[in-house]
Amino acid sequence: MKWTRRDLLKGLGGLPILGAVWWAGAASVAYGRKKRSEILEQLNIRPSLPPTVPEITGEPVRVGIIGFGIRGEQLCRSLGFATKEWMEEMRLAAEEDPANKALEDFLSQEKLNLKLVGVCDIFDYRAEKALKSFSSPDNTIKRYRTHQEMIRSGEVDAVVIATPDHWHAPMAIEALNNNVHAYVEKPMTHTVEETYRLRDAAKASKAVLAVGHQHRQTLSFSTARDIVEKGTLGHISLIQTNTNRNDDNGAWNYDIHEQANPQTIDWEQFLGTAPKIPFNKNHFFRWRKWWAYGSGLSGDLLTHDYDRLNCVLNMGIPEAVSASGGIYTHNDGRNVPDVLQVNMEFPNFSTGSSQVKGKEKGMTFCYSASLGNAFGRPTILMGHDATMELGNRLTVWPDGASTRYAEMLEEGKMKPNVPIYQYNPAANVPDAISSATSQYFADKGLMWTYINGVRVDSTFLHMREWLSVIKNGGKVSCGIKEGFEEAIAAHMAGLSWKLGRRIEWDTEKEELKPIEGINFDEVLLSNGEWESPTENLEV
Amino acid sequence: MEHDSKTSKVKIWVTVLRVLIGWHFLYEGIVKLYNPDWTSFGYLASSQGPLKPLFSMLTHPSVITWVDALNMTALLVVGITLILGIFEKKGALVGIGLLSLYYLAHPSLPGLHQLNVEGNYWLVNKNLIELTVCILLYHYPTGHFFGLGYFRKERLTKIEKS
Repeated sequence: MKWTRRDLLKGLGGLPILGAVWWAGAASVAYGRKKRSEILEQLNIRPSLPPTVPEITGEPVRVGIIGFGIRGEQLCRSLGFATKEWMEEMRLAAEEDPANKALEDFLSQEKLNLKLVGVCDIFDYRAEKALKSFSSPDNTIKRYRTHQEMIRSGEVDAVVIATPDHWHAPMAIEALNNNVHAYVEKPMTHTVEETYRLRDAAKASKAVLAVGHQHRQTLSFSTARDIVEKGTLGHISLIQTNTNRNDDNGAWNYDIHEQANPQTIDWEQFLGTAPKIPFNKNHFFRWRKWWAYGSGLSGDLLTHDYDRLNCVLNMGIPEAVSASGGIYTHNDGRNVPDVLQVNMEFPNFSTGSSQVKGKEKGMTFCYSASLGNAFGRPTILMGHDATMELGNRLTVWPDGASTRYAEMLEEGKMKPNVPIYQYNPAANVPDAISSATSQYFADKGLMWTYINGVRVDSTFLHMREWLSVIKNGGKVSCGIKEGFEEAIAAHMAGLSWKLGRRIEWDTEKEELKPIEGINFDEVLLSNGEWESPTENLEV
Repeated sequence: MEHDSKTSKVKIWVTVLRVLIGWHFLYEGIVKLYNPDWTSFGYLASSQGPLKPLFSMLTHPSVITWVDALNMTALLVVGITLILGIFEKKGALVGIGLLSLYYLAHPSLPGLHQLNVEGNYWLVNKNLIELTVCILLYHYPTGHFFGLGYFRKERLTKIEKS
C-alpha cells in the first residue's frame, strides 16, 4: 500500500489547520495574560482581605436604641433585629422579584453577641413597634421616655444614636460621661462648639465612641487606599464627588405617619435646643430640611463623600472651604440648599509625585450635589499618572501624559482609554436593588461590601467592629478623630454657604479662623442663609 | 458530467464550511483552555427568556465548575472532529447540542433586551445559523473526502485503482 501526496493532503490536510488554530489560541491567551501580569506587577496592588475582628465573647452587650425612625430600624437590622412589618414586606417583595435578597441576606447574617434591652423614641407608634417586634418572653424590652433615663438606668452598656442631628452630640456626650458606649450617626455634631465638647468627652471616657460611617468597612476602599499609597495615581490634584438624586425620598420628603399628633409625639423633647415653635409634623418627619435640626446636603451627604475620601487618603480637615448653591429644585419651605457645590482646599496635601520634586503639591476636593437630577456621576480621583473611579467597584485608567507610565504607554502596553486595573468584588453577584435612593448608596459602596463574592451589609460589619472593640479593646475605624474631622469639614461647608464666603481652618491652633463680628454657631443654627445684623439694620 | 461537477463543488464548499465551523469552535475552546480565569458564569447569570431559571441554576458554585469544564471540552471536541474530518457526525451532534443551549440561554425573542451582541436580530441569530450548518454537516459528512476519514473508507479501493 502506497500513499500518494494527494492522499496525504486529503487525509491529513486538517492537521496543520488544527495546529495553527491551537497555536493561535494559546498564543493569544498567553500574550494577553503576560501583558496583564506585566501591568499588575508594575502596579503591585493588593486587593484587600475581609477585616477580621476578635470575637465578641462573654456576657452579651446590652444595647439601647435611641431613635427608631428610618435609620434606627436599619441599624437594628444590622444588629440582628428586624420588625415583623419589615420581614413581611420583604417576604412579599421576594415573592414578586426572586432577585430581591433583602430578607434572605438578613436571615443569613451572623448573629452578634448582644441583647437589645431598651428603646427610646418620642413617637409612641415607633417605640411600640420596637417593643412589639423585639420583646420576647425571655427578654422584655423596656421603653425609656428620655435618653438620660436610658443612659443612667445602669441597664444598658451601649447606645445607638439615630436621632436628628441636633441631638447627636448631647446624647453622645451624656453617654460617654456615664461610660456608656455610643454609636452615633453622622454628622457627628450639629455645631462647632459641641464638636470640641464631644471630643473632650470621648477622650475622658472609658467608653468606646463609634461614628456611623459604615463604608469604612467596604473592601474596595481599603484596596483604593493601597492603590493610592503605591503611587499608582501619582499626585492627585483634584477629587470629584457628587450627589445626584431626583426623587422625594432622596430629597428627604419622607412619609408623614397618620398617627402623628401632639398626643403621640413628645414635641418639646424633639425640639430640644432648637427654636421653640408649635407642633409641626412636617418638621418632625422631614427634619433634614431645616438647619434647626439637620444640616442639609453638607451634613447629611457631603459627610459620606468626605469621609469616604478621608478613609482612602487620610487628608484631614481642609485648610479652606468655599460653597455655593441654593434651593432650586424643592422650593417647599425648606431652608437647607438642595443644589450645593463645595470646594475644599488642601494646599499642603500630596499623594506623592512621579515628577521633579516640588512641582506638585496641593489638592482640591470638589463636592457637587443636586436633588433635581439622578444622572450617576461617579467619584473620581484625578492624578498626574492615572485616574481612579471609586465606588463598590474600582477602575484605574492611566493618564495619556503620565510620567510614571510613559514607557508602557509608548510601547503600547497601556492605553489611556483602557483600564489598567479593575476591582469588582460584586462581579458574580447579580442583584435587584429596590429604590433609586438605595441604588445611589449602593453604587457609592455605602450599603454593602462583598466578601468572597457574598454580599455583606457594611453597617453590620461596622457595628460588629464597635461591639468587638467594646469587649476586646482596640480601635474603631471611625472614632473621635475621624468624626471630629468629618464634623468640622461639614460645618465649614455649611458656614461657607450661609455666609457666602470662604471659611478657613487654622491647622496649628486647631480652630476655625475667626471672622470679625461672626459667631459661627449662631450662623450654623440660624434658619436659612445668614443675614448679618448690621445689614438688617441698614434695610 | 455536469451533475458530477456540481456535486463536487458542493462537496468542496461543504468541506470548507466544516473546517470553518470547526475552526471557530476550536479557537473558542482553546482560548478557554488556556485561561484559568474564564467562566461561563456571566453568560448564564445574564440568561434571558423562558429558560432563564434553568440557566440561573447552573450558576450555583457547586455546578459551575462542571458546566465550565463540559462546555470547554465540548467546544474542543467539535473543533477537533470537524477540522480533522473524523467522527464528524458525532462532533456535529455535540455542536448542535451546544448551540441549542447557547440559543436558548439568550434567545432573540422580540421584547427581550439583547445583551452583549453586535447587530440586530429577530428570532434568527448567528447561533441559530451555525446550528443549522451543524445539522447540514451531520447529514452531509465530508471526512472521507477531506480529512482523516479519507483513510477509513474508499482509500484502499482508490489506491488500488490508481
